[in-house]
Amino acid sequence: MSNPNERKFKVVGTRPIRHDGLDKVTGRANYGADLSLPGMLHGVILRSPHAHAVIKKIDLSKALAMPGVRAIVTGADFPEIGSGGMAAGESHIDPKDLQANIMARGKVLYHGHAIAAVAASTIEQARDACNMITVDYEVLKPVLSLAQALAKDAPILHPGRKTVGVPPLPEGDTNIMMRLANAKGDVDAAFKSADVVAEGWYEASMAHQGYIEPHATVVTTRENGQADVWCSTQGQFAVKSMIAVTLQIDPNLIRVTPSEIGGGFGGKTTIYLEPVALLLSRKARRPVKMVMSREEVFRATGPTSGTRIWAKIGAKKDGTFVAADTRMEFEAGGFAGSPMGAASMTVFASYNFPSFRLEGLDIVVNKPKVAAYRAPGAPNAAYAIESVIDELAQKLAMDPIELRLKNAVKEGDTASYGPKFDRIGFVECLNAAKNHPHYKAPLGKNQGRGVGAGFWFNVGLQSSATVSINDDGSAVVRTGNPDIGGSRASMAITAAEELGISVERVRPLVGDTDSVGYCDLTGGSRVTYATGMAVIEASKNVIEHLRARAATIWGCEVDAVEWRDGQAVGTNGASNNKPLSLADIAKQMGHTGGPIIASASVNPPAAGPGFGVHLCDIEIDPETGRSTVLRYTVVQDAGKAVHPSYVEGQLQGGAAQGIGWALWEEYLFDKDGKMENPGFLDYRMPVASDLPMLDTVVVEVPNPLHPYGVRGVGETPIVPPLATVGNAVSRAIGVRMHQLPMTPPRVLDAIETKKG
Amino acid sequence: MAKIQVQTTINGETADFLCDGQQSLLAVLRDELGLTGTKEGCSTGDCGACSITLDGQLVPACLVLAAEAQGREIGTVEGVSQGTGLHPIQQKFLENAALQCGVCTPGLIVATRSLLLKNPNPTEAEARYYLAGNLCRCTGYDKIIRAVLDAAASMRGESA
Amino acid sequence: MAKVIFSGGLRALTGAESVELEAARVVDLVAALYARFPVLEGKLEQASVAIDGTLYNDARYQKLRPASEVHFLAPLAGG
Repeated sequence: MSNPNERKFKVVGTRPIRHDGLDKVTGRANYGADLSLPGMLHGVILRSPHAHAVIKKIDLSKALAMPGVRAIVTGADFPEIGSGGMAAGESHIDPKDLQANIMARGKVLYHGHAIAAVAASTIEQARDACNMITVDYEVLKPVLSLAQALAKDAPILHPGRKTVGVPPLPEGDTNIMMRLANAKGDVDAAFKSADVVAEGWYEASMAHQGYIEPHATVVTTRENGQADVWCSTQGQFAVKSMIAVTLQIDPNLIRVTPSEIGGGFGGKTTIYLEPVALLLSRKARRPVKMVMSREEVFRATGPTSGTRIWAKIGAKKDGTFVAADTRMEFEAGGFAGSPMGAASMTVFASYNFPSFRLEGLDIVVNKPKVAAYRAPGAPNAAYAIESVIDELAQKLAMDPIELRLKNAVKEGDTASYGPKFDRIGFVECLNAAKNHPHYKAPLGKNQGRGVGAGFWFNVGLQSSATVSINDDGSAVVRTGNPDIGGSRASMAITAAEELGISVERVRPLVGDTDSVGYCDLTGGSRVTYATGMAVIEASKNVIEHLRARAATIWGCEVDAVEWRDGQAVGTNGASNNKPLSLADIAKQMGHTGGPIIASASVNPPAAGPGFGVHLCDIEIDPETGRSTVLRYTVVQDAGKAVHPSYVEGQLQGGAAQGIGWALWEEYLFDKDGKMENPGFLDYRMPVASDLPMLDTVVVEVPNPLHPYGVRGVGETPIVPPLATVGNAVSRAIGVRMHQLPMTPPRVLDAIETKKG
Repeated sequence: MAKIQVQTTINGETADFLCDGQQSLLAVLRDELGLTGTKEGCSTGDCGACSITLDGQLVPACLVLAAEAQGREIGTVEGVSQGTGLHPIQQKFLENAALQCGVCTPGLIVATRSLLLKNPNPTEAEARYYLAGNLCRCTGYDKIIRAVLDAAASMRGESA
Repeated sequence: MAKVIFSGGLRALTGAESVELEAARVVDLVAALYARFPVLEGKLEQASVAIDGTLYNDARYQKLRPASEVHFLAPLAGG
C-alpha cells in the first residue's frame, strides 16, 4: 500500500464543527433519560442491604397492594439458562452470571445487588412499594479484599465453581476463578545474570468510569411480543443480543435504539436495566422507564478491578532488560471475569524481554461485578511495570526515556503475547517526548517529573455503512456506532473525502438495530478505524454507481469514465464531455436508473497497537501531602488524525481519568461491604481547578491496515498516567509510592516514613 | 396531599405548573415541563449538570424545590441562544471542540454565561475555579477552558 | 506447513511449545489441532488468531500460506 502520509487530504485532518454539536450546546440532544412516552410507568429497583447473603424468601404481597403499582419482578421472572462464554466489552461474562448480576437469583454477591423491581405510575409510588417488599436473608460474612479472598478460611462466593485456566489450579472451593500463566526462557537464570534488579508490589483501587450520565432506558412491549428498547449504550446490537440471551427471547422481536450517550468508557458495554424494564413492561402492558441514581451507578454498575500487582525487572548496567516477572491479582467483583487476561497480554509487551514469567489471577470478592473501563487491565499492569522501570532508571542513574528507548519494541520484534509487531510508533513517541520542551523545563523545590508509557490494542471487529446520495448532491452516511466522542463527524469527514464534496454536505446518522446494518460496539478504539473503513468502501461503491450514471449521460462505456477530485471525467473517446460533479449526476438520478445508494461491510484484523508516552510534573505540599499537577504532556501515535480536535480530546480525557485514578479516586467500603463514598463529592474525580492545560503531541506513524493510516486512539491515553503520576510523586518526595490513589494522607505517611 | 400551584418565569416566558412539596425543580423542568436540556447527573448538587440560574444566581436545580420557583425567574440552557443565532459561548464551545459526549455541556454553558456576566475578563485560574462545580469526564477541561476564554474575548469585542 | 506457536495456557494444555501442521485455512488448522491434541477440543472457537503478525478477531476462513506462523490469543475487545 502506498504511504498514506503522502496523500493530500482535503477534508481528513481538518477541524469542522461536528454535525451533532448544535443540538448538544442547545440542550436539544436526547440522552437516555430524556425520552418520555404516553402512559409510561416508572421502574425502581430494590437492592440488597447486604454484601453477601442467601435470599431465603421474598414477600411481594404488601408491595403489590400499594397505590399505583402495576407490576413487580424478581429473579424468578428470569428464565433458567445454561453457562457459556460471552463477550461483554473486555470482561467476558457467562450469560448465567450476567443474568444473575442483573437480578439476584438465590444469592446476593454485593451490597446494592438488584433483588426486585417495581413499576408504578410515579417514581415515588414505585419507591414506596419497594420499601414494602420484605426479604428474608441469611447474612454471610463478606469478602472485601484480595487478601481476604485468598485467605485459607475465606468465605466462598461460588461454592462448587472450579478455577479455569493454566495449572496448577486450586483444589476444592476457592475464590480464584481463573489462573493464567506464561513464560519465556529461563527467568531465574536471567535474573542471576542481571547487573541490577528492581521489584515491588503496586496496588490500585477499584475505580469507576465516572460517566456523568447514569444508565437509563425506556422499553415498550407489544401484544405480539415485540419490544422497542431505548437506552444509553455503547452498542445497540450488543444490547439486543444480551437481552435475547438473558430473557431467552427471539432477538428478532427486539429493536434497540441508542440514545445520545453521556459517557461510557466501557461501562455501557453491558446491560443492567433493560431486561428488567422489558419484563415489567410485559407484565404491566405499558412502557416502562428506568433511570439509575448516581448512588446506584456507584454501588451497582461495573467499576474496574482493584488490583495488587508485583513486578520485577532485571537489567544489564547499560540498561538492556534481561528478565521480567510478575504476579497479578485482579478483583472480579461478585462474579468471575476481570480484565486480567488483557493485562497479561499488555504487561510486558512494550519492551523486549529476552525472558519473562507471568501469573495472573481473577478473584471474586463481594463488590460490584466489574465491567470494562478504557483499555481494561492495561493501566493497572502499566502502573507496576512503568514504576519498576522508573526505579531501575534511578538505580542505573539513567534518563528514564533513554532506558525505555533502549528496550522499546519496534516493527519486526516479537510481542510478549506471541506474534511479531507490524509497523508501530513507540520509538517515535519516546523521541517526541524526549524532544518536547516540557522534558527540559527546570523543576523547583518539592517538584518531581514522571515519565510513563503504554499502549492498547486496536481491535477490528464488524462494521457496516451505507452511503446514499440526495438529488441536491448531498449525501447521508448511515452507521451503527453510538457517538461517544465525535466519531459521527469523522464518518462524515471520511465520506466527504471519498466523494469529493464538502463535509457540510454530508449528514451522518447513527441508527437503531433495524435501520442500519450490524455494527459491533463503540469501544476497543475501533470506530474511526473499522467503521471508517466501511464508510470508505461504501463511498467507493457509490463512486462506481456515479461512473456508470455518467456513462449513461454521455452515452459511452463506463471504462471511459474516471472519478477525479469529486467529478466524473471522460477519458479516451469520451474526453470531450464536460466533467460532471456529484451534484450534476444527482440531479439526473431518476433519468439514469434511480436512487444512488451503496453499502459495505468489513471485519478487519486488529491494527497494530497505538503507543503513548506521558510526562507529568507534580508539586507536593510537604505539610499537607497535597499534589498539584503543574504540567502534563500526552504524546500518542494516532496513525492519521481524521479530526485532530477530537483525537486531542481523547488524549486529554484519558489522561485526566488516569490522573484522577492516580491521585484521588477510590472505592471505600465499610466493614460490612457497603460503599461509603457513592457520590461525586467523595468519589473525587478531577474538576476544572485540579488540572492545568493538557498538552498533546499527535504522532502519525501510519497503520498499514487502514487506507488513511488511522489507528484507534480512545483507550491508550489512560494506560500511562497511573505510573507517570506515581513516578512524579515518588521523585518529588524521594520515596517510592506503591499504592493508589496517592491521597494527601498517604503522601504524608510516605514523607514521614522517609524522615523517620 | 394536595399539589402546590406555582407560577414562575422560565427563559423570559411565564410558566405555570403543579408540583408536590418534595419535588425538585430539576424533576419538574424535565418531567413536567419537557425542558430536558437540563441534565441529571447526581441529584446531590455535586456535578453541575443541572446548572440553571434562579433570579440570576447560578444554582443546581436538583437542590432547589420546585415550589421555591414561585414568582422567580429561571434561566435554563434552552434560553441561552436568543432568537435565531447561537450565543457566543455556544459557538465557541463548538469551534473549540469543547464537548465530547455533550452531557455536561448544557450545565457548563449556563455556568459560563453566569461567569462572564460576573467577570467578563477572567484569567484561566478564575475560569477554572468558577467552573469547578461542573464535572466533565470526557475532555479533561482543556478545550472547555479555551472555549470559555475564547468566548470571553469574543464578547468583549476582541479576537482570542 | 503452518507453524502454531503455543503460549501460556495452550502450552500447559498441550505440553508443546509449537507444532507444524498442514492446513489451507484456519478452520482446517483448528480441526487438525483438535485431532492432534484432543484436550484442545472446543477451546479455540472464541480465540483471536494472529497470522504472520496480523491479529484477526474472526479468522475462521482466513487462508494460510505454506509457512504461516499462527498464534491463538484471548479474544480482544476494549472499553
